[in-house]
Amino acid sequence: MKNTSATPLGPAAKRSTPSGGLQAWLPRLVLAPSVAISLFFVYGFMLWTFVLSLTSSRMLPSYDFVGFGQYARLMANERWWVASTNLMIFGVLFVVICLAIGALLAILLDQKIRQEGALRTIYLYPMALSFIVTGVVWKWLLNPQLGIQAMVQGWGFESFRFDWIVDPDMAIYTLVIAAVWQASGFVMALFLAGLRGIDDSIIKAAQLDGASLPRIYLRVVMPCLRPVVFSAVMILAHIAIKSFDLVVALTGGGPGYATDLPATFMYAHAFTRAQIGLGSASAMLMLGGVLAILIPYLYSELRSRKHG
Amino acid sequence: MSTFKKTTLALALAGATLATTAQANEVEVLHWWTSGGEARAANVLKELMEAEGYGWQDFAVAGGGGETAMTVLKSRAMSGNPPSAAQIKGPEIQEWGELGLLGNLNGVAEAEGWDELLPEVVADIMRHDGQYVAVPVNVHRVNWLWANPEVLEAAGVEMPTTLDELFEAGEAIREAGFVPLAHGGQAWQDATVFESVLLGGQGSEFYQQALVELDPEALGGEQMIDALEDFKRTRELMDEGMPGRDWNVATAMVIQGVAGFQLMGDWAKGEFTAAGLTAGEDYLCAAAPGTQDAFTFNIDSLAMFRVSDDEEREAQQALARLVLEPTFQEAFNLAKGSIPARPDLDMSEFDSCAQQSLADFQSTAEEGGLVPSMAHGMAVRADIQGAIFDVVTNYFNDADMPAEEAAERMVSAAEAASF
Repeated sequence: MKNTSATPLGPAAKRSTPSGGLQAWLPRLVLAPSVAISLFFVYGFMLWTFVLSLTSSRMLPSYDFVGFGQYARLMANERWWVASTNLMIFGVLFVVICLAIGALLAILLDQKIRQEGALRTIYLYPMALSFIVTGVVWKWLLNPQLGIQAMVQGWGFESFRFDWIVDPDMAIYTLVIAAVWQASGFVMALFLAGLRGIDDSIIKAAQLDGASLPRIYLRVVMPCLRPVVFSAVMILAHIAIKSFDLVVALTGGGPGYATDLPATFMYAHAFTRAQIGLGSASAMLMLGGVLAILIPYLYSELRSRKHG
Repeated sequence: MSTFKKTTLALALAGATLATTAQANEVEVLHWWTSGGEARAANVLKELMEAEGYGWQDFAVAGGGGETAMTVLKSRAMSGNPPSAAQIKGPEIQEWGELGLLGNLNGVAEAEGWDELLPEVVADIMRHDGQYVAVPVNVHRVNWLWANPEVLEAAGVEMPTTLDELFEAGEAIREAGFVPLAHGGQAWQDATVFESVLLGGQGSEFYQQALVELDPEALGGEQMIDALEDFKRTRELMDEGMPGRDWNVATAMVIQGVAGFQLMGDWAKGEFTAAGLTAGEDYLCAAAPGTQDAFTFNIDSLAMFRVSDDEEREAQQALARLVLEPTFQEAFNLAKGSIPARPDLDMSEFDSCAQQSLADFQSTAEEGGLVPSMAHGMAVRADIQGAIFDVVTNYFNDADMPAEEAAERMVSAAEAASF
């Protein structure tokens, strides 16, 4: 195409006419307000939280700066370490188990079975519930006097115990159970979409080479699904770090504060204990934790995709 | 003017008043009296205000024992637009006072003789810097023991008057096939039981030293270790399904005859009343074991914010006066299960538990033994209270933590106060 033709296509053509200039700027103009708003409300408030974390703020924000004193207090706070450890346990188990179950379900559903649509809906359905509902239902199921333990004992297995939710050492795993139940179906849907996008001819070629089905999935299909795994990890990781409503509904942070997570710690201190400075410091550390995980991962993913 | 026209005019006027924000002679009241009985009780105050020609703008925020309301209040205060009055209690009144945001009620207090009317301990909480800034609405007693008489009869036990008797009675109830002590494993409920057990075992003087004055020697001493061990023993009286249970579900266990006792403040009475039970017959109340000469109070109060408008200030003063008037005190406290904040009222309308509560309130106010509830934010600031909650609930739920270690943590919890 020649540059002299008056088509609005091509950046070179746009720059030569005033109306073309407007057309180039129009999308930016349209987007500007929303960009400005999100800059202010997301990054502006992150910055404000950081500033507050350097102050002695108690009930209301104040600007009496105490340097990193709040961070020092946080590090000396027993409950904060419990919350951080819980997040590690919960986050890792939740992401790994969800990926495993989700991928397995997707592969099984991908075998051209009957009633696939119905099964898919059943597995996906928990995602439609809010974490509050999930939490309450699992709270009843796991309650030793109302739920599974009572039922099995009622069948005559008197010695059966399933009382994790009332055991401070095991309660964190009940959070994992409920969260995995909720999110696995969603991961399955992601993987299923990815599987459908894979070219059949690759699999056929592998079959001709005499590879077994599990081997094909492990060595051929899964590597093709790297972008899907990437998105799934992204979504699951942020669900894990933000987990708040599930804890509130399922265990209330208990027994004691055995199932406290940074998000519930932050809320308790900033909003109920008049410790806005300390709450802000814990929020900043949460942000730091997220960035520490995401940035290397993003970097490696994006770089490998450029070269790949 | 025809009736039709009158009606339309009245409707138009009503519409006009509905559509306005805080008018001059109007008070905007932020509170969390949102349950059925509480809301009706708050409405009495609204009607009293309107009868005197003042407007009442209701600003009820439900949820979380007032946490949500406090969050709303903070955002309003930060934007420089606080309500005329807000439900604020205990040491929090001092925090707001220090920010210089509260108005002055000394005029009303003098005219109404609050100094003579209110017990000194109560009046003290309502004053900041010697000036009245808030008005008490009611007095809840926290150290109550509730019981189901049928369960006690089945187990052949009496209402316990000491901690030892409570543990003995508990064993008998357990053997009879009931849960001895209904409890919900939430931090504030653990703390409620803890403070009653500490008070019952160690007395009000020690309670005052440890949980109010935060004396490190008391917090880390032998008596505290004893109190913590007693507290841990109450766990043996509870059922394993308690973690995360709400307090009213625990009360329902007593009502249904699943459990014998519950240690809870007198708001539990609302549950018994709603179930159609009569105090003294269908359910029993007594001071928590060993606390007959003590009274742990939890007082709701309305604090007045500093306002610039003269008419609004006048309405605030009227509100403060009406809150302590017998009409409102009686209506509100009948609905809430608490007792009036002024000890000179006729209590014939109230049930036997409330009458006992008032008698104990008066006697402990004279003889000492009237102590603020730590578990309900009357004794110490929210951050220290939270730190103590963490120690108490963690110790209670940790099978391996010795009481000595918990006592040490108590000391550091009180010291970990902020800058």
